[in-house]
Amino acid sequence: MLAQQILNGLVVGGVYSLFALGFSLVFGIHKILNLAHGAVLMTGAFIGLYSVLLGLPLPVAMILAILGGGLVSVFIEFTAFRPLRNTGESEFGAIISSIGANLIIISIAQKISNTEILRFPFETFPIVIFQIAGIRVSLLQMFMAVMALALMAALMYYLMRTRHGRQVRAVAGNERAAVLLGVNPNIIYFQTFFISGALAGASGVLIGLAFGSIHFMMGEPFLLAAFAICILGGMGSIVGAMVAGLLFGMIQTLSVAYLPTGLTDAIIYSTIFVILIVRPNGLFGKAAAGVLRSQR
Amino acid sequence: MLELKNIAASYSGIKALHDVSLTVQKGEMVALIGANGAGKSTLLNCISGIVKPVSGSIDLEGVNIASVRPWKISQSGLLQVPEGRQILPELTVLENLQLGQTALSGRAPTYTIDQVHDMFPVLHERKSQRAGSLSGGEQQMLAIGRALMGAPRLLLLDEPSLGLAPLLVQKVFDTLQALNKTGLTILLVEQNARQALNVTNRAYVLEQGRIVHEGESRVLSEDPDVLAHYLGLGAQSE
Repeated sequence: MLAQQILNGLVVGGVYSLFALGFSLVFGIHKILNLAHGAVLMTGAFIGLYSVLLGLPLPVAMILAILGGGLVSVFIEFTAFRPLRNTGESEFGAIISSIGANLIIISIAQKISNTEILRFPFETFPIVIFQIAGIRVSLLQMFMAVMALALMAALMYYLMRTRHGRQVRAVAGNERAAVLLGVNPNIIYFQTFFISGALAGASGVLIGLAFGSIHFMMGEPFLLAAFAICILGGMGSIVGAMVAGLLFGMIQTLSVAYLPTGLTDAIIYSTIFVILIVRPNGLFGKAAAGVLRSQR
Repeated sequence: MLELKNIAASYSGIKALHDVSLTVQKGEMVALIGANGAGKSTLLNCISGIVKPVSGSIDLEGVNIASVRPWKISQSGLLQVPEGRQILPELTVLENLQLGQTALSGRAPTYTIDQVHDMFPVLHERKSQRAGSLSGGEQQMLAIGRALMGAPRLLLLDEPSLGLAPLLVQKVFDTLQALNKTGLTILLVEQNARQALNVTNRAYVLEQGRIVHEGESRVLSEDPDVLAHYLGLGAQSE
């Protein structure tokens, strides 16, 4: 029973990681809190759902959701963040303008979906259950785990092993120094927001498949979770977001399984609270406070 | 090669440069000296495109670059080694050097990684260390090496001696002189006026945003006014 719950928690946590990673990436590289990130997840779920309803196969729907999420995220960067950056008023202004972008996207989704709670048609994802050493593992869980791992591995490879990834890390470290070395920061912003949105789009479809409920407000609890995960992992830390996401999913699943459901959020956030007392910068955070304080 | 005409610029709302004109010929090594806050860094940042001049023109080999984006300026081979070195501490030493190649943007390299390693052996020995773990002097070598990877046509340096021990300052200036001998054009911004005048052909003295002296470095280093204002302090501290 415990092993079963831990497995379930890890799978859910993997999706949390995937989603929180995009949020953390944007903050870690550009010091922007993108509060419209939840709306991107919802957009991904919507694109995936409507593609399936239109008769497209699930893999195609998944790819469309990833691309759509990336494009919406880039659109948010173009409309909500770039104009502020050019006026040099980016730090607080960006928080407000991303809340605005969030509201607009949610309102559009509400219109499209007629304020209904939707779900993927039955057996969009084939229901296959394996029994491995007494633990039930569904094909969907395997798919979610593989998808989360593959996307995170691809991201790590991109950041750590490619020329473009090196430029991204340079901008994260010191945007001005990177510009003096000939790095065009606008291209880096484009890439970061696209990747961040693509991860959110993929998470949206996975969450829609796993939890069976897709609606215009579905991104909000995940945005809050992503924020908590990033603080727990250390703001801007990629490894931190991954580990904290898994931890978050585990605590959530275990407390739902063994404790009264009303306590779930209380358990999650008090656990985070206790961890932060011991490690104020999060599990993998270095001078996270310094990042926030530094004037750009 | 580089010609600034009547540049005026503001920095954070304060007028930092008034009517500055300056030229650097191909193959020259030119110093720009002046006290803290004289506008030296603002001038370099105007050339690099980070600060946009209010008026005046900046020509690089006959092309006006005053309104060109900073990364385009770097990609054209006008490379700045910024004040405080600005290496990327979380990246490895080798990655910092590889990052320097970004500025090539299709142009042919003039220095290979091996050549830079020969010039600064420590960058080879520590290539897989975090750049932030290097000492100040080593970081300065890295910052210069990184700029060389981008095939500079003109190298701008902002206070390369800042915060370095005297022996290392000497080493940095020796390196710059050697680079200049191989044909690299250099514009050197320094507070350390004596050293800067020793290694350069010509120099400009910037005071409160205006050029107050210019000429051959050897002549300037004997100018009574320059001696009193810029070399006097240097002599006391030595």
